[in-house]
Amino acid sequence: MIGGGLAGLAAVIKIAEMGGQVDLFSIVPVKRSHSVCAQGGINAAKNLKGEGDSTWQHFDDTVYGGDFLANQPPVKEMCDAAPGIIDLLDRMGVPFNRTPEGLLDFRRFGGTLYNRTAFAGATTGQQLLYALDEQVRRYESEGKVKKYEGWEFLSVVLDGNRVCRGICAMDLRSMEVRTFPADAIIVATGGIGAIFGKSTNSVVCTGSAQSALYQQGCYYANGEFIQVHPTSIPGEDKLRLMSESARGEGGRVWVPKTPGDKRDPKSIPESERWYFLEEWYPKYGNLVPRDVATRAIHKVVYEHGLGVDGKPMVYLDLTHIDRKILDRKLEGILEIYEKFVGDDPRDTPMKIFPGMHYTMGGLWVDFKQATNIPGVFAAGECEYQYHGANRLGANSLVSCIFGGFVAGPEAVKYGRNLAAASSNGHFDAERKRQEEINAKLMKAEGNENPFLLWRELGDEMTKNVTVIRYNKNIQATDAKLVELLERYQRVNLSDRTQWANTTVVFTRQLYNMLQLARVIAQGAAMRDESRGAHYKPDFPDRDDKNWLKTTKATFAPDADEPRFEFEPVDISLIPPRTRKY
Amino acid sequence: MANNKNVIIRIKRQANPTARPYWEEFELPWKPGMNITSSLMDIAANPVTRDGKVTTPITYDSNCLEEVCGSCAMVINGRARMACSALVDKLEQPIKLEPFSKFPVVRDLSVDRSVLFENLKAVKAWVPIDGTYDLGSGPRMSAEDQESAYPLSRCISCCCCMEACPQFNESTGFVGAAAISQVRLFNTHPTGAALKRERLAALMGDGGIQECGYAQNCVEVCPKDIPLTRSISEVGREVMKQAVGDLFRK
Repeated sequence: MIGGGLAGLAAVIKIAEMGGQVDLFSIVPVKRSHSVCAQGGINAAKNLKGEGDSTWQHFDDTVYGGDFLANQPPVKEMCDAAPGIIDLLDRMGVPFNRTPEGLLDFRRFGGTLYNRTAFAGATTGQQLLYALDEQVRRYESEGKVKKYEGWEFLSVVLDGNRVCRGICAMDLRSMEVRTFPADAIIVATGGIGAIFGKSTNSVVCTGSAQSALYQQGCYYANGEFIQVHPTSIPGEDKLRLMSESARGEGGRVWVPKTPGDKRDPKSIPESERWYFLEEWYPKYGNLVPRDVATRAIHKVVYEHGLGVDGKPMVYLDLTHIDRKILDRKLEGILEIYEKFVGDDPRDTPMKIFPGMHYTMGGLWVDFKQATNIPGVFAAGECEYQYHGANRLGANSLVSCIFGGFVAGPEAVKYGRNLAAASSNGHFDAERKRQEEINAKLMKAEGNENPFLLWRELGDEMTKNVTVIRYNKNIQATDAKLVELLERYQRVNLSDRTQWANTTVVFTRQLYNMLQLARVIAQGAAMRDESRGAHYKPDFPDRDDKNWLKTTKATFAPDADEPRFEFEPVDISLIPPRTRKY
Repeated sequence: MANNKNVIIRIKRQANPTARPYWEEFELPWKPGMNITSSLMDIAANPVTRDGKVTTPITYDSNCLEEVCGSCAMVINGRARMACSALVDKLEQPIKLEPFSKFPVVRDLSVDRSVLFENLKAVKAWVPIDGTYDLGSGPRMSAEDQESAYPLSRCISCCCCMEACPQFNESTGFVGAAAISQVRLFNTHPTGAALKRERLAALMGDGGIQECGYAQNCVEVCPKDIPLTRSISEVGREVMKQAVGDLFRK
């Protein structure tokens, strides 16, 4: 198991329960995985509010919210399984918020008209991760799971038939490179935020593992679909997420009608405020899906010139809501705003702006979570399966757990039927290959600083391959990526010691980020339409005739760049219709 | 300090677990909203000390940068706290960064805190469910019970409470406030209570709850405002009750 976030831990639990033996690799102690950052909740159509919600409605909202790019059968399976997953988490002790009767409480989230989101305050991801972490710790104490925390995945060990036989990983303290045999591996390495420099993601979300696998022959699908969350708090080191649950609980987005209005926001009368989401989308209001809200904020700021204080910011206002309700339902996120900005959002509207948040694309997998390399499975954000062209809020946690619950048993089944390898020579060869990469970096005498190259990468990708995309700019970005890859050959490490050297680790990740960035940029350049989070003003409409298809990138080692092919989307359950909120 | 053009940071460094520690001083251009983690990132991009010596980037633990993963704990101006939520404008300069003193140093500001995860195993900090197959909904719970469990469940395992505790050291082997508070959390859960006796037993004897000296530093430094001292006194009472009961049962 590579990765110990929600998807990884979910898979581990299933495997241990089946009597399998798991080695669990994680860069950080698994309890510190990025899943802790998920805030608002987890979707399941439990229909506990008398609204007539159903798993079919959840399925329909998800497919429609994803602009019909997701293969439908696995999405339906996920939505059907979601209520059972909530029950299980409840049994594991997740402190979900309760109704007065003592039942699970549900709130509204974007892209749906139903109260379908179960939540534990505003730190739901943390609570879910802890619950799974505790169950894994229980299995660990029974000897069924062995954790390798502080290890980084470098590559998969493939035999002569290109079948997975294990992994190659590096101890982040001793820097030792070692191979580990496995009948099957599951990759659950999360997001790729670092490719965009600053994002809402954690430091470990570099996409390095996915990229390494792509460079070893895995398909990478729908890479061009990047979710930019409408409400984040810009910061020096990262963009901190301000959960959609703030709007789910009644938060309103607005700007002053007068450009550059200098007044204290609380003193601006209602008539001089523009609640643009409510005006443009009367049915869903502030709870339109994220891609829609993000584009609306961009429009208000850049086309109408109405950003707060003339800056790229809008107000997210909770001040009309009772403080006690805010504390009970949203405390975790209000605390983040208070600590990092210094203002109390109970008293003053928050200033927020869209920030890179999530990748809908990822490793290509089949309906059993298997990649195209035999023995390599994937689950969670690192694969592409459930969210199509745009993910709905609170669907990520359910897709992580569901994906892990499928991947675990499928990997066990695969492993039990696996014939032995003809030789072990591939382990040594792979270890040497990885050791040589380290040795070469340690010796490099160039003049390029990897941290500065990374900042250039992030700026470029954020500028041209996020909310608004023009072919000319994306092509310029791809040319820039080629230049960065070329300059990468001349890096010079500021640290060459052989103990807990974070610089060499980061520099390795940077190479993989650059290779994966090209998949994202080129995929975006090719797709001449607008669908979900992918928006091109020059091609403003969805084009099902030409583009209702999955993008699949494969690495061409000789050319050192991606090649693309496409496969049809399984739309067997819900015929595509125009997406209009 | 917001009007100062530069920020001065002194960092206690150590090349490996057995090397001698030494100090280095850095001067960074001030930026609005900068925190300790962004400062350490700036140093990595240009690792040169204040007196112009080329050095190595600082090794430190970090991940979420929004004070929920528990990684970036260190001693900042003498206080155990999270680096991400330590805003430079609110710190007295020169800012002093040191690794936790009660955990083995890995390198620079990074320390090995795996002892907490071992303690969580020892106190069986989990709900013993029968399995992950479909067994229907969980136990009904009042909103009131949820509201008292939730704050305990927000512990990020940063170990600030242990670093700040005068009793947490090699000679006592004290388990620390974080693990005790988890015992309270799981003992009050309807299903988790099945392991209550075992958890309390794990807190008896040397290194157990009796080592607490009521200094109350733990609750003072906890970044999540967890009512740790209340957990200690509640669990302490339960441990005592069980110990007395065990005595009579013999």
